[in-house]
Amino acid sequence: MPDQPVREALTENLAHQVLGRLADVEGPYFGQFGGRFVPEALIAALDELETEYRKALGDPAFTDELARLHREYTGRPSPLTEVPRFAEHCGGAEAGHRVFLKREDLNHTGSHKINNVLGQALLVKRMGKTRVIAETGAGQHGVATATAAALLDLECVVYMGEEDTRRQALNVARMRLLGAEVVPVSIGSRTLKDAINEALRDWVANVESTHYLLGTVTGPHPFPEMVREFHRIIGNEAREQILERTGRLPDAVAACVGGGSNALGIFNAFLDDESVTLHGFEAGGEGVETGRHAARFSGGAPGVLHGARSYLLQDDDGQTLPSHSVSAGLDYPSVGPAHSWLHDLGRASYEPVTDDEAMEAFRLLCRTEGIIPAIESAHALAGAMRLGREAAEAGRTGQVILVNLSGRGDKDVATAARWFGLLDDQAATDETATPEGDQ
Amino acid sequence: MSTATDTSPTAARLDALRAEGRAALVGYLPVGYPDVARSVEAVVAMVDAGVDVVEIGVPYTDPVMDGPVIQRAAEAALVAGARVRDVLRVVEAVAEHSGGTVPTLVMTYWNPVLRYGVDAFARDLAGAGGAGLITPDLIPDEGADWIAASDAHGLDRVFLVAPSSTAERLALTARASRGFVYAASTMGVTGAREQVGERAEQLVADTRAAGADHVCVGLGVSTGDQAAEVGRFADGVIVGSALVRPLLAEDPWPVRLDGLRSVVAELADGVRRSRRAGQEEAS
Repeated sequence: MPDQPVREALTENLAHQVLGRLADVEGPYFGQFGGRFVPEALIAALDELETEYRKALGDPAFTDELARLHREYTGRPSPLTEVPRFAEHCGGAEAGHRVFLKREDLNHTGSHKINNVLGQALLVKRMGKTRVIAETGAGQHGVATATAAALLDLECVVYMGEEDTRRQALNVARMRLLGAEVVPVSIGSRTLKDAINEALRDWVANVESTHYLLGTVTGPHPFPEMVREFHRIIGNEAREQILERTGRLPDAVAACVGGGSNALGIFNAFLDDESVTLHGFEAGGEGVETGRHAARFSGGAPGVLHGARSYLLQDDDGQTLPSHSVSAGLDYPSVGPAHSWLHDLGRASYEPVTDDEAMEAFRLLCRTEGIIPAIESAHALAGAMRLGREAAEAGRTGQVILVNLSGRGDKDVATAARWFGLLDDQAATDETATPEGDQ
Repeated sequence: MSTATDTSPTAARLDALRAEGRAALVGYLPVGYPDVARSVEAVVAMVDAGVDVVEIGVPYTDPVMDGPVIQRAAEAALVAGARVRDVLRVVEAVAEHSGGTVPTLVMTYWNPVLRYGVDAFARDLAGAGGAGLITPDLIPDEGADWIAASDAHGLDRVFLVAPSSTAERLALTARASRGFVYAASTMGVTGAREQVGERAEQLVADTRAAGADHVCVGLGVSTGDQAAEVGRFADGVIVGSALVRPLLAEDPWPVRLDGLRSVVAELADGVRRSRRAGQEEAS
């Protein structure tokens, strides 16, 4: 029976997780989460991908080329910026906390997404495939994928909810400028999750020529593990930078969590540092109590979506519930299985941040530091404000808080302008202003 | 071999039809479209028009193996309020109507079963007279709970193979399945196609060689001629979208049911034309 080898693999995996470093856990399972809940038709391609990715990570021809692209194309290492004026709003000036931002917003294409996209696109070349497909909520991962496809001469198709293509006309144009085909998805809830469904259907039909360039640490094995590997660089750089600047490890690390790739990327370097607390901030939307949110850990339960078992917003029948957030990048009903594992282990904590709290943090960073963050990243900033306040209340001063600033806010200007009422003709913004970007 | 006939009413039915010299017609309809009561009428009409094995689909919000026709029906069923437990009503109705002669399988994505409770769902499905489950997004590797529950409650478990499956995976899937193995005729999702993949015949042969006693073919079949062609080499011909399509028409409900009956009649005629000269060797 097939369950015997699976049980053995599970046992082996669990032993590894107990004895080994948390940062190096391999799929398909992260504790009881992850796996491969996909049609059989995709298994051969997932096996090929896993084999190729493991080979590539051990091959200097691959790792050197990726390192060169990070340096010369993306602009890595991304800086670490201390933000003292913002820090005064994290528990008050008298608390004396220090806040540092890992500046993934300064990468080419404006977010951390490019780290994973370049890694996977190089793998596509190695596998001899010629076409990539991707999902995008409102543009960030789609633009990054279209960028890498242009750079490496790959055919590129991006699936995007119909509503988003209409409201994000500029981003659609951006992807088309880069040579990608953008396909509006008009079935289901017409959102990111339906774009993923459509990408999976395309992949089943075209798997011989096509790679599904999945944008976050979700999906069937090996995606959650592989995408973590490609974002590991965020935490590795940040750990080195903060040690150099402060002479010690941070007390807390904060990141926003949609699918969870930027969070896992920065958490990973600190998973085995017991003194460092790790904090993921989900979209609390209009408040968890309203039902209009994307807080999978507060408002969801373990279930299967898009190939992985993880925390999931679902009803009593196991039907996926729609999520809501001012930030499209956090607006997804499930979360990467490694986060569910870290949550259940108690190694990281996950809390909701409401739209209001995120927008207040967004405004503060603009005004105090001259940095316009992505609204996704503003959830992490709001989280840092909460952490600083809680530390001060507990009598802990002089804390060092590291925040992953996963993306820049240019894309969110229209949303923010409408939110804060900054335009003279407010009605005119309704056609163009929307949240955007997937984290 | 776990596809043993003595434990599976579906396999027994396929064997009986094989003895008659033809393949089975396996018909799919979703529960709850356009509402639960009328979906029962449609399934009963499908059985009366000549379907040998019934497959009832559970509507799901994220049906990644389904094409536009079944997606539309599932979406409408959910909007109309279809619940997972309604599938048990339809299963019961078929069992009652056919006197238990028509095996009824449930086709479901995995999360609704997980949420219901794998063992509880198996228990209630068996209690309703259901034959087992077809699981398009559950591979045997992830199916330990379901394998245990289906053993405990005497249910079929139909896993899928695809043209991309390796010999190793064909063997694994054949071992894990009971009732039959579902061979996806082509790489893709459900929906009518002009041609059923050439790879289907080879896949059926490879799946039998890997140890499967019964193999049915699905994806893309919509005409009597295609059913006859596939019935030549498979134990059963699975049809879904072509049966759902007439129900999606704008016509009054009785007219739509007539449309369904005539498609079933054409397909039933097709499988009856599928008598195979070499069927004894094939079995």
